[in-house]
Amino acid sequence: MTVTVTWYLLLGAALFSMGVAGVMIRRNALIMFMSIELMLNSVNLTLVALSKELGLVEGQVAALFVMVIAASEVTVGLAIIVAIFRTRASANVDELAELKG
Amino acid sequence: MTDYLWLLVALPLFGAVVNLFLGRRLGEPIAGWFGFVVVGVSFVLAAAAGFGFIIGTRAVETVLLFTWIPVVGADAAILWDPLSALLTLIVTGVGSLIHLYSIGYMHGDERYPRFFAFLNLFIASMLILVLAANYAVMFVGWELVGLSSYLLISFWFTKPSAAAAGKKAFIVNRIGDWGFLVALMIIFATFGTFDFQTIFEEAPLMFGVGSGVITAITLLLFVGAAGKSAQIPLYVWLPDAMEGPTPVSALIHAATMVTAGIFMIARSAVLFELAPLSGTVVATVGVLTALLAAVIAVAQTDIKRVLAYSTISQLGYMALGVGVGAYSAGLFHLTTHAFFKALLFLGAGSVIHAMGNEQDMRRMGGLRKAMPVTFVTMGTAWLAISGMFPFSGFWSKDEILAAAYARGDWYLVLWFVGVVVALITAFYMTRLFVMTFFGSRRWADDIHPHESPRTMTIPLVVLAVFTVVAGAFNTPWRLTFEHFLEPSFEGVPHPDALSDGLIIALGAVALAVATVGIVWGWRRYNRDELPAEVGPFWTRSLEAFGVDDFYGRWIVAPGRAVSEWFSDFVDPKVVDGVTHGIARGVVGSGSGMRAAQTGQVRWYASAIAVGGVVLIVLFLLLGGAF
Repeated sequence: MTVTVTWYLLLGAALFSMGVAGVMIRRNALIMFMSIELMLNSVNLTLVALSKELGLVEGQVAALFVMVIAASEVTVGLAIIVAIFRTRASANVDELAELKG
Repeated sequence: MTDYLWLLVALPLFGAVVNLFLGRRLGEPIAGWFGFVVVGVSFVLAAAAGFGFIIGTRAVETVLLFTWIPVVGADAAILWDPLSALLTLIVTGVGSLIHLYSIGYMHGDERYPRFFAFLNLFIASMLILVLAANYAVMFVGWELVGLSSYLLISFWFTKPSAAAAGKKAFIVNRIGDWGFLVALMIIFATFGTFDFQTIFEEAPLMFGVGSGVITAITLLLFVGAAGKSAQIPLYVWLPDAMEGPTPVSALIHAATMVTAGIFMIARSAVLFELAPLSGTVVATVGVLTALLAAVIAVAQTDIKRVLAYSTISQLGYMALGVGVGAYSAGLFHLTTHAFFKALLFLGAGSVIHAMGNEQDMRRMGGLRKAMPVTFVTMGTAWLAISGMFPFSGFWSKDEILAAAYARGDWYLVLWFVGVVVALITAFYMTRLFVMTFFGSRRWADDIHPHESPRTMTIPLVVLAVFTVVAGAFNTPWRLTFEHFLEPSFEGVPHPDALSDGLIIALGAVALAVATVGIVWGWRRYNRDELPAEVGPFWTRSLEAFGVDDFYGRWIVAPGRAVSEWFSDFVDPKVVDGVTHGIARGVVGSGSGMRAAQTGQVRWYASAIAVGGVVLIVLFLLLGGAF
């Protein structure tokens, strides 16, 4: 039983679905953030797997870019969450709806 | 030499501005004297500049004041030729006399300075009209005199009838202006310019006699002229315009503004010569107007309304004159009419003034002893308009009729009707004169008629002198007036000359007709008891044959119905419906979409996820379509 690329793709899809479900279901901003990270990394996994399978280096380069962007995004996102938590002592996103029209 | 021509227009305009803004400070009577002086100076300047034409040393010239719309040949330029000089002299000459008269007549009026501001504005507008060197500037003047006329008719606007008369004059004139404006558009489309000299030089080269374009232009110009000069079917505003102060009636609605249409036709003589059909239309409409107005004038009892209808009738004569191509005859009648009709109106104003604003001739009578100056001066005007030898009206009216006779054929019919109108004219003018000055006194005991002040009688005397002698300017044997006008009508053929015998015969006919009319009127009205004027003719004629009612029922009422349909249905339902519908659609779709904006991140995330899935499914289903 060899591990083919299909396995990686299925794992990536499963991780991505879990991430989507997490973002849609959970209320806590931190958990949602982690779910987003999960989605990003599932995409990374898919990119790298396909890069190896097809023999193209671009997929790995793209994965590196995604990591950099994810890192900076985490910095900004966490800063926002901390700021929100400081003012309201809560990270429940459902309460953060003041700006709706 | 002609550097000062712009002052002709600028001076009255200056007077208008000063009287408008500083009039109250100047007060009575200085505001009036000021208004008189600016017009008087204009007259002196015009006389100085026009003198060269009389002695024949001066050439026609165009003075450019400033460029206005050069691309359409419309510059603010003055065309100084005998025709414009003649009209300028009449406007400023008669105008200054009427300003002088108004100083006395308007005495005690609350808005005394305002009156002179409007009068000055009128003089300036009329001078713009007559001095224009192209149709565009002429149209500006044309509209401005309409405005001043409106302002002056409804000068006593607190009287509802005066306000209504002003509106009526303005609106009826707009109908005529429509014709003028369309004519101008065709002129521009045809010639590419509004400039008189260019048009009149090119027209005979581009078009033959009887061409359709020129006929259309001239007929439309005549629509404009019919509005301003009160010809059928647009004459109805003039009788109502008598609601204005009497000097206004004399200046604007007798001597000057109403002749603008005649002037415009004379100015366009070259075009009318290329369209014989239009000439016939003008002459025929003129004669019919003259007849209708004369018949209506017979039954009027308001002294000013008689004069108003008589003005319409005389304008009909002028239209006949220019229609048959006898431009100098038409303009000669215009000139003499300006003198004697202004005199008649000012005399009537003097009578009304003396009688304490009584205008009904049935309550006058026997005024000749109380008002000798008014009586004598008005007497000359009465004989002149009746066509009595040797007063001016005899010469000018006879010349028009002779010109019509000379054309023969259809014009013989017009000539005959014209003679009949002369008879009616003599009759109703005698009726007016006798009912006012002769017979027994029929006024109430508490009225004490008196002669008017000096400022009012001096203009009467001056005008009376001209009324008597003006005929000598142009007799069949001494064509001073015609020679004077010649430079303005280069290239326009002279009407056929009649033999001396025929001229004398026609003159004798006119004289006989005038005598019959006067004697008839004299015998009928010079008695203590006025003849009873009852019966279908008198009733119908007194109400002007119901033309106003006819227009009211068939033109005003349908127009009003259409307007109401637009204001009650089209505007609220269709126009507002479209705008409201669009607004409602935007609001509706907006409030529908609002439900999607919950502000909840999870909801947005779900939406993105679902949208992504939908897109992927679409890509997969459509496959290579992308």
